[in-house]
Amino acid sequence: MLPALVDLLPEGGLRRGSTVAVSGSTSLALALLAGPSQAGSWCAAVGLPSLGLVAAAEVGIALERFPLVARPGEEWPGVVAALVDAVDVVLVCLPRHVRNGDARRLVAKARDRGAVLVTTGGSIAADVRLSVASSTWEGLGRGHGLLRARRVDVVASGRGAAARERRLSLWLPSPGGGVEVFARSVVEGATDRANTAVG
Amino acid sequence: MTRTLVVWCPDWPVTAAGHSPDEPVAVLFANRVVACSAAARAGGVQRGLRRRQAEARCPGLQLAVHDPDGEARAFEPVVAAVEGFCPRLEIVRPGVCAVATRGPSRYFGGDDALAARVTQVVAHVGGRAGIADGPFAAELAARAGRVIPKGQTPAFLSTFSVDVLERPDLADLLHRLGIRTLGAFAALPPASVLARFGADGLCAHRLASGGDERPLAARIPPPELDVTAELDPPAERVETAVFAARGLAHRLCDELSARGLALSCLRVEAETEHGETLVRRWRLEGATPLALAERVRWQLDGWLSDAKPHGPTAGLTLLRLAPEEVLPDEGRQLGFWGGDRALDDRAARALLHVQGLLGPEAVTTAVPTGGRGPAEQVQLVPWGDAPSAVLGAEMSGNRTFLRQERREGPSPWPGRVPAPSPAVVHGNAIRAEVVGERGQPVKVSGRGDVSAEPTKLSVGGGPWTDIAAWAGPWLVDERWWDPDAHRRRARWQVVTVDGTAHLLAVEGGRWSVEATYD
Repeated sequence: MLPALVDLLPEGGLRRGSTVAVSGSTSLALALLAGPSQAGSWCAAVGLPSLGLVAAAEVGIALERFPLVARPGEEWPGVVAALVDAVDVVLVCLPRHVRNGDARRLVAKARDRGAVLVTTGGSIAADVRLSVASSTWEGLGRGHGLLRARRVDVVASGRGAAARERRLSLWLPSPGGGVEVFARSVVEGATDRANTAVG
Repeated sequence: MTRTLVVWCPDWPVTAAGHSPDEPVAVLFANRVVACSAAARAGGVQRGLRRRQAEARCPGLQLAVHDPDGEARAFEPVVAAVEGFCPRLEIVRPGVCAVATRGPSRYFGGDDALAARVTQVVAHVGGRAGIADGPFAAELAARAGRVIPKGQTPAFLSTFSVDVLERPDLADLLHRLGIRTLGAFAALPPASVLARFGADGLCAHRLASGGDERPLAARIPPPELDVTAELDPPAERVETAVFAARGLAHRLCDELSARGLALSCLRVEAETEHGETLVRRWRLEGATPLALAERVRWQLDGWLSDAKPHGPTAGLTLLRLAPEEVLPDEGRQLGFWGGDRALDDRAARALLHVQGLLGPEAVTTAVPTGGRGPAEQVQLVPWGDAPSAVLGAEMSGNRTFLRQERREGPSPWPGRVPAPSPAVVHGNAIRAEVVGERGQPVKVSGRGDVSAEPTKLSVGGGPWTDIAAWAGPWLVDERWWDPDAHRRRARWQVVTVDGTAHLLAVEGGRWSVEATYD
């Protein structure tokens, strides 16, 4: 797990067998994969034909252990099931309509095999949901400069241990590249206080 | 001790790349010379030199990229010609093949007559044939173009330097011990050699004294180890057959490893719709499924892309891999720094399964290459194919590309889009429209002058959003020397008020979203 993301997830990392739904940012999903990939695990991406692989390499994913199935078509549940069997982290872009049975089977299979399912798009009964509340780019002016860094506010919610809502401001990416914590605040209920704390 | 004939084609990578030995040519891999032509050697080029050193020694040196697949393919007609009068031929590596002479030399009236005939058919590629006791001595004899009479092999070998053993560490040590020739090395008692240099040293000693490296326990395995795949519909294209072959290679390796055996000689057989049977043998050491599949791919490539006289006349209907010789498996060395081989194998099997579901091209891996745009900096390669082969094809014959370090990351590529890179790269760029303050379209002139400051953006015909910040245009004029691939465009980075950042491009007056910083 990248150190910056430790506070975002209930157990300080991706728990084997869990499902994480990411919405609002592909970079955030890639950052989740970076930690396991650097530690030598295999990751895979299914259904993301327009994934920026240079960005994946920049965030720290080892491309030689990152096979891609860009267009699985109708076969996607079978493909994901096959990959969950052998790969530690599978990043899936769900189609707009997911049959309940398919989703349940995949979540159950991931739990059974001890793999982590990271999903974008679609909806699935995830253990943890990460969504990007706001994002601000820095470095670009009116007619000058270039994109250098981005501040994102991430909200984590979910069920079980993740039921308590967590908010975290991240540099994604930070001015020096990589992912860093901008400011942190773990909030129970009161969002207003969090905003003042961050601001 | 088997009498062996070896056909040796000097500097095969050079010949296979289509150059004559009179041109100064060097074949490069990873910036090092792996082979060079006779003319280049006369100019001082040696194997192992860096490209710059080689160019400094031999001005006017032409460079070619090492392409094992192409070399194997080009060797196929030579093998077919030699096989015309010697059955049971083994390919040692592209450029060298070996055959046991016992039958053929009786038929053709002696070793000399056989060698003369073989030399005649391989003369057009500069090949030479030599006969001696055992393949090692025979290869040296082939280099000299000689036939060593029976029993005189040790005497023939004794004058060679210990460097020909192809064991650089051992050779270096022997030189320092004052043992410079194979004769001197062979004179040492085997027991002392084993005590001082280990099992590999003893193997080298056996070679030096004219013995054979591997009569150890090689035996023809029982036939049930053959693996066969029926191809229906028949495979006309190499890829289809190779895909089946990869599965076979995995099955064969599993079969063998379950019995504790390792492969040392593989027979590849194929049958066509018209009932033709094609058979070839490959010698290989320490066969992994990947190495096995690679040999089969070379062979199928050679057959299916061959000109008509040798090649099959119809698609392949059957493919069979048979272990010709096996040895007891002595175990596999695991990586010193750990690394979970079982995990890698498991992932490989799952990916093979997905390839079975969707077709071989559906599973890809990304290989970093040089380029300016975010889409050009990686290349997608079907999983399981050697990335170097793709790079080699991309770079063939182009000196500018050769200068690029292949593994160490890309060269500067002036004008490339700087990091951080966009996380979403649209394969088919999305149409966009950008207008200025008074609603007039923003235009970029050939010199990079902008007609108006961009203020509003519409993506794919969607609603207009205000632009909060922007930079550009960054002009890119790529491949102007190639009329088909020539592209001129201007790139912009744009952040809209809702916080989304895009990489836009203008080409021929049309705006598009090339990538999104998602």
